[in-house]
Amino acid sequence: MIRTALRSLLRASGIALASALFAGAAAAAEPIKIGFSMALTGGLAGAGKAALIAMEIWRDDVNKRGGILGRPVEFVYYDDATNPATVPGIYTKLLNVDKVDLVVSSYGTNEIAPAMPIVMRKKLVFPSLFGLAVNDEFKYDRYFQIMPAGPEPKLDWSRGFFQLAAEQKPRPKTVAIIAADAEFALNAAAGARANAKKMGFKIIYDKTFPPSTTDYSPIIRAIEATKAEIVYVASYPPQSVGIVKAAHEVGLKAKMLGGCMVGLQFAAIQKNLGPLLNGIINYDFWVPEPTLDFPGVKEFLAKYQEAAKGKGVDPLGHYLPPYAYAYLEVLEQSIVATKGLDQGKLAAYMHKATFKTVVGDVKFAKNGEWAKTRTLQVQFRDVQPDNLEQFAGPGKRVVLYPKQWKSGDIAYPYKQ
Amino acid sequence: MDLFVNAIVAGILLGAFYASVSVGLSITFGQLDIVNIAHPAFVVVGSYIAWILNSRFGLDPVLVGVLAAPLFFVAGVLIYRVYYAAFERTGQESLSGLAFFFGVMFIIEIVLILVYGVDYRLVSADYLGRNIDLGFVGLPLRLVVPFVVASAMTGAVWLYLSRTFTGRAILAVAQDRLALQLMGADPVRIKQFAFGLAIATTAIAGSLLIVIGPVEPSLGRGYIGRAFAIVVLGGMGSIPGMVIAALLIGVLESFVSSFAGPSWAPAVAFGALLLTLAVRPSGLFGRA
Repeated sequence: MIRTALRSLLRASGIALASALFAGAAAAAEPIKIGFSMALTGGLAGAGKAALIAMEIWRDDVNKRGGILGRPVEFVYYDDATNPATVPGIYTKLLNVDKVDLVVSSYGTNEIAPAMPIVMRKKLVFPSLFGLAVNDEFKYDRYFQIMPAGPEPKLDWSRGFFQLAAEQKPRPKTVAIIAADAEFALNAAAGARANAKKMGFKIIYDKTFPPSTTDYSPIIRAIEATKAEIVYVASYPPQSVGIVKAAHEVGLKAKMLGGCMVGLQFAAIQKNLGPLLNGIINYDFWVPEPTLDFPGVKEFLAKYQEAAKGKGVDPLGHYLPPYAYAYLEVLEQSIVATKGLDQGKLAAYMHKATFKTVVGDVKFAKNGEWAKTRTLQVQFRDVQPDNLEQFAGPGKRVVLYPKQWKSGDIAYPYKQ
Repeated sequence: MDLFVNAIVAGILLGAFYASVSVGLSITFGQLDIVNIAHPAFVVVGSYIAWILNSRFGLDPVLVGVLAAPLFFVAGVLIYRVYYAAFERTGQESLSGLAFFFGVMFIIEIVLILVYGVDYRLVSADYLGRNIDLGFVGLPLRLVVPFVVASAMTGAVWLYLSRTFTGRAILAVAQDRLALQLMGADPVRIKQFAFGLAIATTAIAGSLLIVIGPVEPSLGRGYIGRAFAIVVLGGMGSIPGMVIAALLIGVLESFVSSFAGPSWAPAVAFGALLLTLAVRPSGLFGRA
């Protein structure tokens, strides 16, 4: 009788123990939900979709390794249609309905800024993807921006361009600045204006243009009429293409052209513009030069290029995807180091740590930007027509600035 | 002086392209009273077809546009059949019809995104990147070719509408449907044909758009306001009026970009529209 009772007790204990273990395992396997909006349609969708591919590669890599702190990672995301007005609603839904554990940003300044008030109200860390000077206004201490613009993003963005100009002999004197009427381009132009003045250049043309402009030749002719020696352009992809073509057609005689032309980093546009790019000096964040061969970046790009096939996105993925992978690496390393999802601890760790990522070592400044700028100024060289493969290797986008990452000397003037 | 002349020339080249985008809308919106908000989306489809055949087979993008026009005509006829059966026949075309074309626009965008992705698409052709230099006036072939083709297309549409029986019937259907029936013509068939013709022009306009610059699926949205403004300014259905309005907008944009600052260009162009409508509410060539 007693033996039977003991046996029943043992059996019951065994079942209870197994249930407890099972329940524990289930709790441990509860996914970490990361929420974000992303531009998957609309004008910035080319970059947004490429970013999503990179983020999914990170998620799959993490889950293959057993997740973070034993928990798999799951994404909850919505298309913001490149429309900033949709962003607050998306983040409200992510936090209140989907109950995500963490949020990261969409791509680009115009899509990041509208999420800030929502994220700040909940006191969440906010790893951000390519926002220019977003935190200048918000001054949020849990904002961490992965684009290597530097601690003074508006100024750091164009400092290299004007430093290169200042080093030339004879030193050029006059500058023209044109910028698209959009927040990012206007921020970049404001920084260019400040740098030009600080370094003693005379700004003789300073205008903005509507992003819907079809033909840029009247603008380029107006600049040509001023005989500006340096032309700084802040533009989005379709405008960048139009401006490069117009500069060629008009025969712009400036000695330096470029600066902040988004789109010249994209493979399809590089292939189409071909030799028209030669001599242009433009910002970039990663190019396949030997000075930027960080551990893991080539492996990541191989995975990206495989995943991007047939998806109508940038086939090489040099510009944005490594950083879209890296901002999640930063988050992962912070969670592992703090052993949890406590937002305060995560933010404190992100402020003090140096992160090892596929884009090299990342250290944040107090304002959440990179502690030290790595906004590259690269010059297109010896670009041949209709050849995409040429951009996969070194030599076509030579790094001129910063000196630490330099891979070649400037060819000056631009039209030579 | 150089800048002045070049601004006018660039404006005329640009205006002719605007006319190619607007000529179809002048028929649908101006003459058939169909608010086809999806018109620029069809233009983008034309661009994609030009890009596909140019990138895969090396065909000239403008030639592709011309070859694709009959297919677009058939598509236009079919779309009108649906529109007629669903809305016009029951007299619900005003608001429901507008919603229908909004839907068509979004479907076109989403299908392009799903099938071809969101990357920017560009074409190659020998003449792209070349210039004709006439003294101090530079004529980039990237704009000259669209100018020539757009002028030819717009002229052909105008001649067709003004010189042929069907063309006159299209003009008549907008004015007096009953009288047209009494003349033995079927207004629905006439409108169907006219809508097909309007959509056919988007194939060519799309090929010109991608010759000028890169294209992505949502690019058409930027042309909705401009194309409708040109049609209204020209006088709702008047092809010569539409051409003059397009040239006026093109020259004004170019002129303001050259001398005052590009940001003012749309404001001045649309200001001219408002001013014209204030003085002449029926538009430049509209019937009072």
